[in-house]
Amino acid sequence: MARLTLDDVTKVYTDEGGGDIVAVEEISLDIDDGEFLVLVGPSGCGKSTTLRMMAGLETVTEGELRLEDRVLNGVSAQDRDIAMVFQSYALYPHKSVRGNMSFGLEESTGLPDDEIRQRVEETTDMLGISDLLDRKPGQLSGGQQQRVALGRAIVRDPEVFLMDEPLSNLDAKLRAEMRTELQRLQGELGVTTVYVTHDQTEAMTMGDRVAVLDDGELQQVGTPLDCYHRPNNLFVAGFIGEPSMNLFDGSLSGDTFRGDGFDYPLSGATRDQLGGASGLTLGIRPEDVTVGERRSGQRTFDAEVVVVEPQGNENAVHLRFVDGDEGTQFTATTTGQSRVEAGDRTTVSFPEDAIHLFDGETGDALKNRELPSNRAIDAFVSN
Amino acid sequence: MGQIQLTDLTKRFGDTVAVDDLSLDIDDEEFLVLVGPSGCGKSTTLRMLAGLETPTSGDIYIGGDHMNYRVPQNRDIAMVFQDYALYPHMTVRQNIRFGLEEEEGYTSAERDERVVEVAETLGIADLLDRKPDELSGGQQQRVALGRAIVRDPEVFLMDEPLSNLDAKLRAEMRTELQNLQDQLAVTTVYVTHNQTEAMTMADRIAVMDDGELQQVASPFECYHEPNNLFVAEFIGEPMINLVRGTRSESTFVGEHFSYPLDEDVMESVDDRDDFVLGVRPEDIEVADAAPDDAALDDHDLQMDVTVVEPHGDQNVLHLSHPDQPSADDALQAVTEGMHLVTRGDRVTVTIPPDKIHLFDAETGTAVHNRRHDQEADFTQLEQ
Repeated sequence: MARLTLDDVTKVYTDEGGGDIVAVEEISLDIDDGEFLVLVGPSGCGKSTTLRMMAGLETVTEGELRLEDRVLNGVSAQDRDIAMVFQSYALYPHKSVRGNMSFGLEESTGLPDDEIRQRVEETTDMLGISDLLDRKPGQLSGGQQQRVALGRAIVRDPEVFLMDEPLSNLDAKLRAEMRTELQRLQGELGVTTVYVTHDQTEAMTMGDRVAVLDDGELQQVGTPLDCYHRPNNLFVAGFIGEPSMNLFDGSLSGDTFRGDGFDYPLSGATRDQLGGASGLTLGIRPEDVTVGERRSGQRTFDAEVVVVEPQGNENAVHLRFVDGDEGTQFTATTTGQSRVEAGDRTTVSFPEDAIHLFDGETGDALKNRELPSNRAIDAFVSN
Repeated sequence: MGQIQLTDLTKRFGDTVAVDDLSLDIDDEEFLVLVGPSGCGKSTTLRMLAGLETPTSGDIYIGGDHMNYRVPQNRDIAMVFQDYALYPHMTVRQNIRFGLEEEEGYTSAERDERVVEVAETLGIADLLDRKPDELSGGQQQRVALGRAIVRDPEVFLMDEPLSNLDAKLRAEMRTELQNLQDQLAVTTVYVTHNQTEAMTMADRIAVMDDGELQQVASPFECYHEPNNLFVAEFIGEPMINLVRGTRSESTFVGEHFSYPLDEDVMESVDDRDDFVLGVRPEDIEVADAAPDDAALDDHDLQMDVTVVEPHGDQNVLHLSHPDQPSADDALQAVTEGMHLVTRGDRVTVTIPPDKIHLFDAETGTAVHNRRHDQEADFTQLEQ
């Protein structure tokens, strides 16, 4: 059993002038046994520092880190029963694949040679690299090296895997393949995993839950689709999702949201959720923007196409309001079969059940989109 | 004028043919993307255009002038590299101005003016007195572009200029580069291994493999009307589904399913027997499982969901055949964001007959490509 708990964990560094830099601020997280948790955020958000504290590579300034009931603060890295996989693979160039994988076991355990050999071979079978056992890292592709680095962590049979951007050195196709493979492996092994990345696609597709960090603080912990459809605040809304959610600053005037270039009437039910906030940000995901179909007149606006990015299966269409500022652009996703060009005039509508509203000052979500309810959606969105 | 003509261009390094008999016409002001896996010859082609490599045979013309023996500085081209290649000891101003050093016909005051003008176009006018290491990756990339733009060349050559940026910034810079190229109207040849960049940025894409040109066409055509298996697989993310099989009368028979071929497909099949059937993941329809096989149409299959990758706006489903629970996923389907199923669910999968591609299994040549819905689903407003 390996439930990993962070209780108000804080990391403070002292800079050259003697001042304090808070890298991680009072993070509390409960990571279940067997869970795949992704720590995601932009660079400098504190995600790697958090992982390094879990690994024992950084000390915890305040708070408590526990594996089940055992407090890890002060326990050395090699005594934590944790295996780490790095972005750079960190393989020994002069050792064979077999040598790289058995090295850790030979050094740190009393396992007999036979058993070490057996474990290494089982693991390479599982990873589909058993024909590479006698090669050196220099003779392997990036994807194969990554598998060896994983294998080295797996043979140790640890309680927890910690992974620091393990896929970022791979090209796009291979990264997509390895995403699925890592998920499958983690599911089979059932080992609690904390995975750090700045890539929101990895977070969305791999995590049982996602912990979003910004500026050292935890912004939200939830299932990927919970973070996507029900963000706690503007930061999560903007960070999760590709292309990003469209965000329009504006203000409330009566029952109407007034943005730059468009007025959006709010229903009574929506209006009631806003409390006293007057400065607001309206958000809508690109796939929820309807293009070219005139719907309920009140929520339809004239727009001009600025740039089209075809992706085959869909197009990302960048637009601006005809009545708005040149700089206020937004994005709509349309099907790949629709033909549209820069300079075209069209209409867009923002269905009210798909909009989000955030407090303009604090960034807190005041109203998130409506979701249909069925077994699968409930299972993916709820925690 | 910056039109480019490559005729029968070949480059050999010893016994290795890096570029094989490549002919390509690039229009004035066109944005052409050269794309392919590493080692396909795209960078060698770019380097021949730049004058950094000499062709073994064939000819290069820019603006109608023969270029084979011209040194790089006399080709009226500007190159942008992946690593930016900025001088660390020079300010942004000096770095951009350096692009003008070898240009004649400018007074010193004109050079200064031109640098400011370019910096303004790129939105980096307030950074002119900074050194490169005081800039973010995106800002450094803009400076590298500035150094190319300042020379006002006939042709831009770009070698993976965005690959050092993170995902969000890369998406932003894609649009920005497109806008900029449009505004400057300079013929651009852009090399990348990233199919998303190719699809979203190019007027036309030139797909290369193994030194040979596989297809030159618009992103839409490369995606929907690939010349061959290589192009079909390389373009598109997630990848096109490919199933090997043989023809029995007018039925395609794969390992796990049979699929009736329409009359017009049969006409293009001739007397071939071995095929690869292709269908894009977003063209596969997924519905609740039919009660029994009798309820299935000829184009339907019962399959099990093995992995669900939610992306928010869409979901990638990995599907396997019920009696073949191997680790190899048989098909991938993309569904809309709110259309979710759970792992382990049985579903009915429909492959619509107008969405299939057929390739000759031996040569890889496309025998039949999907039909198009030419109707734009876009409503044009009165201009």
